[in-house]
Amino acid sequence: MSKQISVFIENRKGRLGEALDVLKANEVNILSLSIADTSEYGLLRIISDKPQAGQASLSAAGFSAMLTDVCIVKVPHTPGALQNILRVISDEELSVEYMYGLSVAGEEASIVVKPSDLGKAVKVFDGHGIETIEL
Amino acid sequence: MIWSKEETLSRAEMEALQLSRLQETVARVYEKVPYYRAKMDEKGVKPQDVQTLADLQKLPFTTKQDMRETYPFGLFAVPQSDLVRIHASSGTTGKPTVVGYTRGDLETWTDCVSRIACMGGASAKDVAQICFGYGMFTGALGLHYGLENIGAAIVPSSTGNSEKQLMYMKDFNTSLLVATPSYALRLAEVARENGIDPKTDLGIKTALVGSELLTDAMREEMHNAWGRDVNITSNYGMSELMGPGVSGECLEHCGMHVNEDYFIPEIIDSNTGEVLPVGEKGELVITCIKKEGLPLIRYRTKDVTRLFYEPCACGRTTCRMENLSGRSDDMLKVRGVNVFPGQIEEVVLSVPELGPHYEIIVEREGYTDKLTVRVELNKATDSFAELQRIENTTRNKLKVVLGLDAKIRLESPNTLQRFEGKAKRIKDLRNQQ
Repeated sequence: MSKQISVFIENRKGRLGEALDVLKANEVNILSLSIADTSEYGLLRIISDKPQAGQASLSAAGFSAMLTDVCIVKVPHTPGALQNILRVISDEELSVEYMYGLSVAGEEASIVVKPSDLGKAVKVFDGHGIETIEL
Repeated sequence: MIWSKEETLSRAEMEALQLSRLQETVARVYEKVPYYRAKMDEKGVKPQDVQTLADLQKLPFTTKQDMRETYPFGLFAVPQSDLVRIHASSGTTGKPTVVGYTRGDLETWTDCVSRIACMGGASAKDVAQICFGYGMFTGALGLHYGLENIGAAIVPSSTGNSEKQLMYMKDFNTSLLVATPSYALRLAEVARENGIDPKTDLGIKTALVGSELLTDAMREEMHNAWGRDVNITSNYGMSELMGPGVSGECLEHCGMHVNEDYFIPEIIDSNTGEVLPVGEKGELVITCIKKEGLPLIRYRTKDVTRLFYEPCACGRTTCRMENLSGRSDDMLKVRGVNVFPGQIEEVVLSVPELGPHYEIIVEREGYTDKLTVRVELNKATDSFAELQRIENTTRNKLKVVLGLDAKIRLESPNTLQRFEGKAKRIKDLRNQQ
């Protein structure tokens, strides 16, 4: 299980930059991020080296920011590897709320997954030999 | 504690007092104020036509426009040399309205405010911090004199520099706060940002709020911020009539007691000018019956309320006016529907995921009005479904209350402008497009 920073971002010029400025000023290094948006606002989701400090500094700067528990799952570099993981998830009656890629240099790729039931997902991955990373 | 014996007169005693003061005032303005004499002559009414309180209806109204036309001293009933104080309204549209006080007027004013302070729970033991802007605005000095008169220690901190306000509050053991409701909430917000819990680290027991509407939802929000046990009452007045002290709420929270021995209230239909039956809602009209400098006759306040005359459990017999539902001025007409900012405020405050601050924007798109309400999230979320639910809940509640569809714009905390004086929550862009 890993901690992700989730930040509410209004669709306004420069707003995303302001959030990243805060992280920079607090020396928080971003390992991966995803931005999902609607026409009015978006959610910025960040995997970083200092999730607690990152979230606290964003909140102090007036952002609506929180920590969310997510799973980081290793995905072998082979065709169908991601599909295997998703099949396990759906076979076990779990669903994916969102996912995005995490770039870690090396032989293997990994993805950030927010499953519907995190505790169960961790057990399921474990039972099926799907490797997860703690960041 | 009840400050003056006039607050407990029987109806017959009060009416007798009102009639004699009214007759005296009307005779005086007819003699001393040419503008009023001309208005009364035009209506064909003479001072001696006022034989009963009901005859008040024969007299002409006074409006803000009359005050502008006679700027600065045209409605005054005393020579300028008799004045000991001059205040003026902010005058956001055109010339300010000027008001003047004789020494006697200042005594009347002080008595009025002492009464409403006592109604709200103030006593000689209080340390009263006045977070209203000092200056031409009547709010600060009015509360200042009235509270000082009952023996409270005044901290005239004015507005601004919230951190310093909180320091005084803590170090001087301030027990009574005077502010607008929105600034009181802002102070609590700044306190929390600085690690001070307003409920436990500060000693506020009484809050006298004014100059803005205090809706039930806003009062609830103030209790959440400042504590359950704090006595929060609203009071009412306007500089044209005197300043604060026209009426105030007692601890029964069932309307604001009008200082009827100084002010006669009427409720009229704004459109026809007809006096409405007791209990009906309409525009408040006030006649000053104990003012020397500027005794306005039937002044149209533009505030919307109703009056009731049943005696109150607090022991006072003066009539009460319902907490305001809005100003006929502030009322927005959006797609033909009357909208009071207070209605929107009630909705915003009823959604727990939203903060108490909001901004209303009205624009015109083609031929239709578009209503947007900007609100602040006070709870972080990682879920679009949750954000959508907050948006939809707010929108549906607004639809029920207003009968209008509004767009909800969610924003980060602390995005919307904060106000130290009267909050300006409406942006009507329809005439600028």
